[in-house]
This record gives sequence, structure tokens and C-alpha cells, in this order.
Amino acid sequence: MTFLVDLLAATLRNATPLVYGTVGETYAERSGVLNLGIEGTMYAGAFAGFATAWATGSPHLGLAAAIVVGIGAGAVMALMTVTFGANQHVSGIGLTIGLIGLSEFANRLIFAGGELQRVEPMPIVNPFGGLGEVGAIFDQYALTWVAFLVVVPAAWWLLQRSSFGLEIRAVGENPEAADAAGVNVARTRYLALMIGGALMAIGGAFITLALLGSFTLDIIAGRGWVCVALVIFGRWRIGRGVIGALLFSLVFSLQFRLRILPGFGDLPFELLLALPYLVVIGALAVSGRNVAYPGAYLKPYRRT
Amino acid sequence: MRISAWSTPVLVVAAILITFAITAGPIIVAGANPIEAYAAFVVVPLTSQFTLLEVLVSATPIMLTGAAVAIAFRAGYWNIGAEGQLLLGAIAAAGIGTLVGGLPPILALPIMIGGGALGGAAWALLPALLRVRFGIDEVVTTLLLNPVALLLVNGLLHGPWRDPVSGFPESPRIAGSAEFPALIERSRLHLGFVLALVIIAVAWYLLARTPAGLRLRAAGLSPHGARFAGINVSRTLLGAALVSGAIAGIAGVSEVAGIQNRLTGGLSPGYGYTGIVVATLGTLTMPGVAIAAIFLGDLTIGASSAARSLGIPSQLGAVVQGVLLLTTVALLAVRRHRSTRSDSGDAGSVTGDVAAEAQPG
Repeated sequence: MTFLVDLLAATLRNATPLVYGTVGETYAERSGVLNLGIEGTMYAGAFAGFATAWATGSPHLGLAAAIVVGIGAGAVMALMTVTFGANQHVSGIGLTIGLIGLSEFANRLIFAGGELQRVEPMPIVNPFGGLGEVGAIFDQYALTWVAFLVVVPAAWWLLQRSSFGLEIRAVGENPEAADAAGVNVARTRYLALMIGGALMAIGGAFITLALLGSFTLDIIAGRGWVCVALVIFGRWRIGRGVIGALLFSLVFSLQFRLRILPGFGDLPFELLLALPYLVVIGALAVSGRNVAYPGAYLKPYRRT
Repeated sequence: MRISAWSTPVLVVAAILITFAITAGPIIVAGANPIEAYAAFVVVPLTSQFTLLEVLVSATPIMLTGAAVAIAFRAGYWNIGAEGQLLLGAIAAAGIGTLVGGLPPILALPIMIGGGALGGAAWALLPALLRVRFGIDEVVTTLLLNPVALLLVNGLLHGPWRDPVSGFPESPRIAGSAEFPALIERSRLHLGFVLALVIIAVAWYLLARTPAGLRLRAAGLSPHGARFAGINVSRTLLGAALVSGAIAGIAGVSEVAGIQNRLTGGLSPGYGYTGIVVATLGTLTMPGVAIAAIFLGDLTIGASSAARSLGIPSQLGAVVQGVLLLTTVALLAVRRHRSTRSDSGDAGSVTGDVAAEAQPG
């Protein structure tokens, strides 16, 4: 029982950065732009959030800094792919290389390779504390509650039910028609990428401000790439993407706990660490066959 | 010959200058003079024989990953997994290198290089098959296999290959006959550099002068057009992916046999991703890749010496790489737009964005 409670609590906790990242990437891709800058945006969000919280003593200012950085990263991606119409794969990789480099550069300047600095991790809140042992599943950081109870429903509503969401989907499916109907394609894509960037950066900041309370190199460790896979796995639907994030996180959290069980201890733990990545590739191989990409995926739009 | 303002060399030089203007920001924040810094990055490494050879040493792996990426991109196959493929080549080389001690180098080296190429190609096989059989985006699968390859390296180094004496996470030293010989005495420049140049030359010939190269370029420029012309696009993509993986694998062999002499956890500081910068800066042509690799090698050596002499963190090298990639691909897109203003942008132009720049003209 304790094992199960612990596992489910860890699943929600570890899924949180993936939920922010997956929702953010969904916004980018539904508007027609594959944002491979996600890995770097999460990394920069993690660093900017940590450094600001460390300097000011306020995790909320840290979170705000991460959001600003994320919006900026989304705007650069938009400048590249919308204004210049540059190749989306290469632009995204360039953004990731640049943002990881810039974060490590600033890390070196500010912390000068000294001992590991820490900030007080954000507090854990549990609205269901009265449920006894099972209630421990809900011992979660505020940002986790916000992710599942606020961001996911709001992002879903905005994308599927609001007129702005309709514009995002329209410029991602058929920008010519959207343009003819009076939608500003460039502006809509800029906004979608900036909202997405902010969400990705919050996901990164969750790791430094809540999960760890510190910043270390390679802190994102491929989580951004996992989000890109989860968006395809979820077929560009927010709800299905979140389910994918929970499943990935379940496997991820399970392999950590398997290590201490008898019989699994002899396996090199790196094999178990690789398991979630292999599971997501396997899931793509099963569910991702010939899926319908957004109609204008990867295509720059220019008025003719 | 008239040099247009938008010719490729002018465009690349413009991208470099714009990059330097942008990265002056972080240099000033670090408390250094940007002009001095760029002199240290670009010029200083070229002023002594020792650092000049070191430039070629650091150009070697990224020339190979750059060629690997360029071949895949030219085919319209977005292999972002050169990093993982390089690591598999390195694992193969470290394994084979300890077993071929009884053979003379003339046999040991080709076996090891071939094994590394197979390792890289094998790591590229699954994403390529998923792409051509089921239409699953290779970008995601090749990316996700990069951390898996690194975990495989670490699993080996902390498990079966851990140094039994020191306990260090390093594999046993490879046999002397499997080590790449130095090209120049008392320098680290090794056979891998010649190997990289040969592979660049062969790849250039294959791409530019053979039917297979023509099919590859056609598939990249317009998959629909190529299919219409009777080209088996799936087979072409599969072939490009495997050749790309094999060349990235040889980059891993080169680092193991030429530099480390064993498998180590820090074997590649992202050479696979730098390969994307090299390929784009070289506008996906083989001569361009060779020049771009040497330029980035120059910057790498310059960045590490500037870290010592000017106190600029060497991580600036990665910032320059990222910004350079962005400015290059932006200028290429702007040029493409200027030349095809009336083009409504069919499926072919999606990959053609970069690839079209590579067409001689």
C-alpha cells in the first residue's frame, strides 16, 4: 500500500514538468510550428527561475523570470519560423543549443563553479490531508496542482472552445483560408509560440524551484524531447497528451522504485533509466502510425 | 565571375558577422572587450603550429558528424540522432579495439572502423524503419535515442567495463595496434583527420556524380517529384539514414582510437548536435562541411584559450554555435524567399529550405 501511494505521488510529481512542456508544445504545433527549442526553453526556464529565486529569495519572482524567458524564447522561435520562414527543425535545434549554452555561460559567471547553491523548495500543499495514508498521494507542490487543475483545463478550453483557439487551429491547419477569413496568421503564431514557450519554461522552473531546489548541468536530460513525442502520442490533443505524460511518468517513477526490489538490483540501473525512453518510442510505433499532422505543420506561410 | 550579394560565401560570412554582433552582448556582460575576444576566438589559434594542429584535432569529429547530418538532410531525412550514433560507434570501437591486439594495424584498424560504422548504422536503423514503414516522424525517435545511447555508455562504464583496478568508469585501454597513429610527431593530430577528409571526398563524389546521389538529392528537394520520376523514395531515405549513421559512428571510432584510447563518459561534448551546425553552415555541401568544421574547431580552441586569457567562460562557444545556426538558417530562408517569391510552397519546399541552397548555381 505504501509502495502504491508513494508510486502514485511520484507519478504526479514527475509528470508535472512534462505536462507543462507537452501543453506548451501542443500550442506551438497546433499553430503549425514544430518547436524543437523546447529542450533549451525548459533548460533556460530552470536556470533563470533558480538564479532569480536565489538572488531575490523569492520563488515567485523566480517563476516570473522563467515565464519572461520562456516568452522570449517563444518569440525568437516565432521570429525565425514566422517572420523569416526558416526551417523549423534547424531553428529549434539552434535555439536549444543557444539557450543551453547561454544558461551554462550565466551559471558559470554567477556561481563561478563554486559549491552547489540551493533555494528553499516550494512548499507542499495537500487539500486532501484528511484522507489518512491514501491522502499522501496528494502531497504535491502548488505548481503540480496548478498544472492539473488550472493549466490543463484552461489550455484545453482556450484551444478548443475560444475564438482565439479556433484561430490557432485554423492557422495550423490552413493558413490561406484563415488569412482569407481575416485572421492575422503571423500574430496568431507568435502568440501561440509565446504562450507555449512560457509553459515550457514553467515546466523547467518546476524542476529547480520545487523538485530539487538547486540547479545542476544537464538538468532537463531529454524531458523536452519526451514532450515532443508525447504531443504526437496524444495526436495533438491536450487531454491525450496529459495521459501520455502520466503514463511516461508512471514508468519513470516505477523504474526508480524497482531498483531497490530484490532481483532487480543486479541490473545496471542505466538500463532501467533508458526504459521510459524506449517505452515512449514503442508507444509511438504502435499509436503514431500515419497520424494526421496539423495541415500546415512545418510550412512557413507567406502571402502571395 | 560576378559575386552576387546573396552568393553563398557572402551569406555565410554575413551570418558569422551578425552572430558576432549578437554574442558581443554576453562577452561585455562577462567583462571583456568583444574585439579582443573575437581575435582570441578566431585568430589566436591560427598563430602557432601547436594550436593550429589542435584546431584540426577538434575539427575531426565534427567534420564527420557534419557530413553525416548533411547527407541525411540532403535526402530530406531529419536525422537529429548523430550524437547517439556517434556513441554507438565509440562503444563498438572500444569493444573491438581491445580484441584485435594480435592483429597488425593494417587489419585491426579496418575491422574497428567497420565495426564502428555498423554500430552507428544499427542505431540509425530503427528510426529509419519506423519512418519509411509507418510514417513515424524520425525527428522524435532519433532525438530520443540520444539519451538512451548515453545511458548505454554509462551502463557499460559503471557495469561490465568498469576499470577493475582503479574502479574508474573507463573501459580497458584498446590495443596498441588499434590506436590511430599520430600524423605529426608530438601532436595529437591523428589518422581520424585523414579519414574524415577521405569520407568527405567520397561523399562529395557520390552525391554530385552518381545516380544514387542524384536520387538522394531529388528525394530531398521534392519527394513527390522524385516518386513521380520513378525513384523509390523509401529505399533512398533508408539508405541515406544508414550511411549517415555509419559516418557518425566513424566519428565515435575516431575519438576512441585517436584521442581517448578507451570509452569514457565525456567522450562527446555534443559533437552530434554540433554536426547540425557544421552541416547548415556548410550549406549541406561537402566542401562547405569541411571548411565549416575547421572554422568551428578554430572557435572551440579559441574559446578555451579565451577562457584562460580573458576570463570569458568557455560555454560562450555553445552560445556562438547556437546563434550561428539561427542566423545562417534565417539568411538562407530570406534568400530562398527572394528567389522564389511566387512559389506557393509545396511539400518539397519544406525540406528544400536548406537543401535547395546546396544546389550548384
